[in-house]
Amino acid sequence: MAAVRGVGRLLRIGCYATRQTPVLTTPRFLQQRRFRVNGVQCQQPFDSTAEKPQFPGASAEFIDHLEFIKPNVISGIPVYRVMDRQGQIINPSEDPQLSKETVLNFYQKMTLLNTMDRILYESQRQGRISFYMTNYGEEGTHIGSAAALDPGDLVFGQYREAGVLMYRGFPLDLFMAQCYANADDLGKGRQMPVHYGSKDLNFVTISSPLATQIPQAAGAAYALKRENENRAVICYFGEGAASEGDAHAGFNFSATLECPLIFFCRNNGYAISTPTNEQYRGDGIAARGPGYGMMSIRVDGNDVFAVYNATKEARRRAVAENQPFLIEAMTYRIGHHSTSDDSSAYRSVDEVNYWDKQDHPISRLRHYMSARSWWGEEEERAWRKQSRKLVMEAFEKAEKRLKPKPDLLFSDVYQEMTPNLEKQKEAMWRHVHQYKEHYPVDLYDK
Amino acid sequence: MAAAARFLLRSASSKGAVSNVSGGVHSCLGVSLVKLYPSGSSTSKSQRRNVSHFTFQPDPETTKYGPTQKMNLFQSVTSALDNTLATDPTAVIFGEDVAFGGVFRCTVGLRDKYGKDRVFNTPLCEQGIVGFGIGVAVAGATAIAEIQFADYIYPAFDQIVNEAAKYRYRSGNLFNCGNLTIRAPWGCVGHGSLYHSQSPEAFFAHCPGIKIAIPRGPVQAKGLLLSCIADQNPCIFFEPKILYRAAVDQVPTEPYTIPLSQAEILQEGSDVTLVAWGTQVHVMREVATMAQEKLGVSCELIDLQTILPWDTDTVCKFDSAQKAVK
Ligand SMILES: Cc1ncc(C[n+]2csc(CCOP(=O)(O)OP(=O)(O)O)c2C)c(N)n1
Ligand SMILES: [Mg+2]
Repeated sequence: MAAVRGVGRLLRIGCYATRQTPVLTTPRFLQQRRFRVNGVQCQQPFDSTAEKPQFPGASAEFIDHLEFIKPNVISGIPVYRVMDRQGQIINPSEDPQLSKETVLNFYQKMTLLNTMDRILYESQRQGRISFYMTNYGEEGTHIGSAAALDPGDLVFGQYREAGVLMYRGFPLDLFMAQCYANADDLGKGRQMPVHYGSKDLNFVTISSPLATQIPQAAGAAYALKRENENRAVICYFGEGAASEGDAHAGFNFSATLECPLIFFCRNNGYAISTPTNEQYRGDGIAARGPGYGMMSIRVDGNDVFAVYNATKEARRRAVAENQPFLIEAMTYRIGHHSTSDDSSAYRSVDEVNYWDKQDHPISRLRHYMSARSWWGEEEERAWRKQSRKLVMEAFEKAEKRLKPKPDLLFSDVYQEMTPNLEKQKEAMWRHVHQYKEHYPVDLYDK
Repeated sequence: MAAAARFLLRSASSKGAVSNVSGGVHSCLGVSLVKLYPSGSSTSKSQRRNVSHFTFQPDPETTKYGPTQKMNLFQSVTSALDNTLATDPTAVIFGEDVAFGGVFRCTVGLRDKYGKDRVFNTPLCEQGIVGFGIGVAVAGATAIAEIQFADYIYPAFDQIVNEAAKYRYRSGNLFNCGNLTIRAPWGCVGHGSLYHSQSPEAFFAHCPGIKIAIPRGPVQAKGLLLSCIADQNPCIFFEPKILYRAAVDQVPTEPYTIPLSQAEILQEGSDVTLVAWGTQVHVMREVATMAQEKLGVSCELIDLQTILPWDTDTVCKFDSAQKAVK
């Protein structure tokens, strides 16, 4: 222990000497340490004469009275919005001034998503697909953020961001194919419904383990930064997933490694049945940003323009400045968590109704459009009919399709087919042929 | 010894119960650990007594891949990484303390040579290191992640088993992280005790989608590591840390690969088949000699080299299996 102190003292003397009188007989390696060690920049020089803390891990002032820091120094992080609940622009300078065409596209994508959700939710109830998760109430977060990105930006999603993919142009047929796990599913029928992915649309395939995409998004953003082609990464996650260790890892890595990355947290009030007050004690997810040295904002997720503006600016700065941004979009999960959940067991119908009837992102945008006479009853009726038809057609087509060919059970485990997988595949086919009365191979692609 | 150095680092500040303080502090300063390894004269008799016994047997020199140089195992790892950074501009190397050369010196000089955006420290978080590496690979770049000790790979278990291993499969081959290689110092040295000695390959050996390789010496280390890096599947490369300095071979300076999933028969034999990997290959060499001398038993010795997917053909080939039955 004494030796530790001894060396420590030596080190301090060394640094002092380097600063004051470099000619002293300090060991060479200690002198160098202050400036460079194997190319690594070191902490700021020590200065014991100044009455300022010199600890390498923090820079601030000394204080002489005992005081704990209160968690919520300000009365909560404010919620940025552009429109009020009636769809009126509050501060004209914040109006993104999107064209009529763009706004109508927002609206149609939000409502198409809604229609697809209804039909797929129902189809699960009827036993046609195995599982489903709706996006009700969160349409504004999806479309507003997706519209603010470049198509080349890479998306790492959680599972409740189907609208992002829809905005990018993923066809209804492929949504359906995935949910039906039919032969057209790009994922080859290997995952539960809603685990979409598209290489062409730069949307990384969803995986079930929560929050794992968060540090991955940091790595991808780092690689894109090195490519220097002005691309960013956006990473979506729920406020529940934000409690995972991987979320911490992703925040800290992206901040320290200066990654052009937008963290987009959908704070929808629940993680299955767990309400936010049992999920965290601080001021939501945005409050964590400063702790990681990260730019952060909280937005009204039911205001598609607020989401758009925040994402657009975060995206611009993330790429220009190579740093991550954290957006916490406040919203509400109007549907059950999934088809395996009945939310009446843990929340009131009144609560759900409030969000559905009084503060819905789709109605807010509708108000905005109506006020400009861009959209009336007639357009609404025609669009409803048309969108329902589009979804039903895709749905029926998907249902009729064959299932993926059974050989696909064994491919893509490795890039190449390994000998033992080849053997397993042969064994499977021998088994299937031997007991063919139990295996309806006609339903499967050849 | 580096294990101890690192170990000391962690305990030095809090407990002070250390015997080789200067070692810890020196490493803290970023000064090479070269002096501190067991091959040096600083190792006392009492320390040596606890080191598990084996005699490293170098591989015969091969000129197949051009000029060779005398390298120990950590230097052959550095050489492989150097070759990779030189030929693949997307390649990045990262982990805890890799910037100054790594606590085992495997990345010495690489940052100066290739830049700080390519050889860099990460925060101290193994799940983050592997998750980050997966993301780098998914974006199309080559990721070489270092876990400082195999003992500390468990926080990254989910990222390895649920993510890396399944990326290609679950996306129907739309996305993959085949460009990811995870390196970790592995196995015992003799003084690492409970948490600087583990050999966790069995936990990963039943996970389809990843490959695992463990070399027995410097020549294999470089060839297998370069294979792992080139392989289009995520790989874990465990480096026997006792061999970092104890093992010296004539290693080709140019890049070369040793195929994965191929075991190597090191010694023919007719009675029993011995299968080993990493450090244990050298133990088995001695065992085979002893068995011959003391029991008159003829042993075939196989270095498995790749733990997953392993070379069943070589290990279970008809005559080997027959020998094993005997
Ligand atoms: C690691 C892990 N733990 C648990 C689950 C089970 N699970 C699936 S979704 C979910 C809740 C997630 O809530 P949140 O992140 O808020 O997203 P939301 O469903 O509200 O969109 C849980 C616990 C999981 N998929 N992965
Ligand atoms: Mg939630």
